[in-house]
Amino acid sequence: MTTDTDTRVATGPAAPAEPAAAGQIIRPYGDTTGDGMVQLSFSLPVPAGKRAEAAALSLAGQMGLDPASVVHAKAIGPDFTFFIVYGRANHLIDYGSIPVPAGREYPLLTAKEVNLAIRTALNRRLVVVGACIGTDAHTVGIDAILNVKGFAGEKGLEYYREIQVVNMGAQVDVDELVARATAENADAVLVSQVVTQRNAHLHNAKQMAAAFHDAHPAGSARRPLLVVGGPRFDTVRPEDLGVDRIFGRGTTPAEVASYLVHALLPGRSPQ
Amino acid sequence: MKDVKGVAGANGISDTTDGPIGPPKLDLDPAVVRKARLLAARAADPIIELARTHTTVSVERALLRLAGLSGADGEGIPWVNRLTDAVAGQVGLEHGVALPVWDALLAGPHRDLAALAAAATRGEVRFQIPAGGAATAAERAARAAARAGIARIDARRAERDRLLGEVGDPPQPWIYLIVATGDIYEDIPQAQAAAREGADIIAVIRSTGQSLLDYVPEGPTREGYAGTYATQDNFRLMRAALDEVSRELGRYVRLTNYASGLCMPEIATLAGLERLDMMLNDCMYGIIFRDINPRRTFIDQRFSRQIHARAGITINTGEDNYLTTADAVDAAHTVVVSQLLNERFAREAGLADRQLGLGHAFEINPAIPDSFRLELAHAQLVRELFPAAPLKYMPPTKHMTGNIFAGYLLDAFFNLAGVMTGQSIILIGMMTEGIHTPWLSDRDLALENVRYVRDACGRLAEDFVPRPGGLIAERARRVLAESVELLERICDESLLTAIAAGTFGVTRRPPDGGKGLSGVVRRADGYVNPAIDILESEDPHAAHAGGDHGPTGHTEEVPA
Ligand code: B12
Repeated sequence: MTTDTDTRVATGPAAPAEPAAAGQIIRPYGDTTGDGMVQLSFSLPVPAGKRAEAAALSLAGQMGLDPASVVHAKAIGPDFTFFIVYGRANHLIDYGSIPVPAGREYPLLTAKEVNLAIRTALNRRLVVVGACIGTDAHTVGIDAILNVKGFAGEKGLEYYREIQVVNMGAQVDVDELVARATAENADAVLVSQVVTQRNAHLHNAKQMAAAFHDAHPAGSARRPLLVVGGPRFDTVRPEDLGVDRIFGRGTTPAEVASYLVHALLPGRSPQ
Repeated sequence: MKDVKGVAGANGISDTTDGPIGPPKLDLDPAVVRKARLLAARAADPIIELARTHTTVSVERALLRLAGLSGADGEGIPWVNRLTDAVAGQVGLEHGVALPVWDALLAGPHRDLAALAAAATRGEVRFQIPAGGAATAAERAARAAARAGIARIDARRAERDRLLGEVGDPPQPWIYLIVATGDIYEDIPQAQAAAREGADIIAVIRSTGQSLLDYVPEGPTREGYAGTYATQDNFRLMRAALDEVSRELGRYVRLTNYASGLCMPEIATLAGLERLDMMLNDCMYGIIFRDINPRRTFIDQRFSRQIHARAGITINTGEDNYLTTADAVDAAHTVVVSQLLNERFAREAGLADRQLGLGHAFEINPAIPDSFRLELAHAQLVRELFPAAPLKYMPPTKHMTGNIFAGYLLDAFFNLAGVMTGQSIILIGMMTEGIHTPWLSDRDLALENVRYVRDACGRLAEDFVPRPGGLIAERARRVLAESVELLERICDESLLTAIAAGTFGVTRRPPDGGKGLSGVVRRADGYVNPAIDILESEDPHAAHAGGDHGPTGHTEEVPA
């Protein structure tokens, strides 16, 4: 693992996204180019002492840190030890092979442009039903997107004249959400999930998506666009959950409104 | 009981101007402070009247729990729910469960309440509201059962006093730490480890969703989301584990849990029976942050606090949470208003000032200039408004991000503010607050942080004297003035209207919205609840000699 890094770079599988950047090999930077220095901290379920430190070094070595040093070890009660370790990472990164993440797949619109696009394409207001589902009681995130007050200086979707917002609040049952979305003839359903312990957010999002897919089998009435958001969805893709789009930390209402125009009114976004 | 606990002493601020928290430093106008308390009392009055004239399913179930009914049927539905529902279905709850239940019990052939509940669940019991001699007999039997339950709570309180004497009571500020694994058997070693590392109070956070269950789950539990279920068994197991570690450490480690939710009265009762020492019990938290019906919450809250008063349990209120949904500078006065309301409701329910762990928080955006001075102003203001209360000071949460290093620094400033302003209960901030529920190492590092600040500062509070007329003193005065203005508005339009308008935590909660309203029942003329009778007719602290929860002698009447 520590010896074959160079060959791996040479024969690296991924063709560089930008051939021009190929061969730009980087490593972590402590205070000198190429020193590869990183810091990490963790606990081991063993009593503090020399043997525990050796175990910590063993972990660091297996993680590719060589040399590594335990700069701090402290007993947490009789059965655990906390470590801070510094070490030189032997892994190299071929920066050229790291694809540039896809940018926003749609243009960012002003509220005026969003309203105009909806008016011309739909000739009625676009209906959005939002909720924080399951037992999660965090509403600040979904409110940031929906409420007039908005987020980061941007007004929320309620402020958009051509968007009709139904904000169901928190702790909403999936069944209730499906029923309300149907009753309101929703174009899009916006769901927030903040609690992630035991992967509650993934579980709930999947359950929600499945319920909408069940309620709208292929060929039946149009299924609303399914959008989820929350601070910790970075480990999954929309298709893993069965939704159309995921929004993460720092999302602003304009990004969401622009996306709705893009996804629901194809070809109608003004340039 | 009404109005025996009133506003503060003659100067409107405190009876103890030179207690452990030191002399007042902000030069607050006693007349303004007095006015604030009078307004809070006036705003609270209609709500207290509401609570005195209504009951809820959970108040009734709490009586059954006091009378010793526990356990659940095969589906996990507690017998107290089964029995209460059966009574409600047949004769309604407006007379309370006491008369119909004990009338049926006396009529036979049911061995005890559990047997009666099982038979009632099978539809084999005809309940009636007894009259005449039968009513007297039923009431007497119910009263004896309630008395036995209250005696058990008294015994647990005496046991706490004894243990405090035997193993020792740690000095304030008390360090408050949370465990939240979801599994009580995982929580126990974590709680013991936290106590060994310096925690004075262990809080077991509840699983998400429990506050909306209209029953209390049974048994030791091993799964929960972001917390562990509050059950009688879990309470008992954790208290026993902390007793063990208290003896080992030579200081009494307190245990706290959450009463707020649809089952406030019952959870308060179980806490009293299992000798919990503190309870999160806020008059509005459930309304604002769980969308529980306002009337339901206010009625449940009163009974639960009467039980806490008797059990010697210190309540922790939750207005600190407003600052997670509202701005901590703009809404600072809403916290003070809520504290004054919580204080009024608590005193009316019989709690002594030493049982009022009023909540507030260090939540100002660290990016704004002078944020630390503003925090000091808020913290010192609250300290001076409630000198006898064991204030609960909450760490930064909202502005904690993925930058754990910056978070550790902010937590140190929080600890510093806590020490400088003489806070009583310091909830320890976690540098990973913005990421996950605490890891073992997060807690350990957090304790190291607070220990350093506490030891390095010593009695720094003595030297902290804000300059008269300076930014801190002026800010405190301004927040107090805004509080009085808001209280005036609330008195004009009613507390329920203010809640509906989004006054607290910028969250709107209409009086008839939210969960649990169907469990609210107006009391009929012949309503009987012997537990309430006992709790209201006796001084909750009478049997309790000295110790740290004694009554504080606030006896001034509140003018109507
Ligand atoms: C405020 C807060 C609360 C408030 C919530 C008030 C309210 N009405 O929302 C209160 C005090 C009530 C609370 C309670 C609890 N909380 Co809390 N809380 C927080 C806190 C401090 C801030 C969260 C927040 O408001 N962020 C600001 C918003 C704007 O950010 P956001 O949610 O990420 O939203 C943005 C994006 O993600 C995105 N987004 C979010 N949703 C959506 C949806 C759509 C459709 C779109 C497009 C975008 C989008 O857009 C938003 C704007 O950019 C965090 C800690 C922290 N610093 O993050 C803990 C935290 C989230 N809470 C936590 C926990 C555990 C709880 C409790 C479960 C504790 C308990 N057991 O009692 C309870 C909740 C009980 C329940 N039933 O859920 C944990 C979650 C741990 C985890 N990862 O699982 C955290 C991380 C704290 C911690 N470290 O323990 N909490």
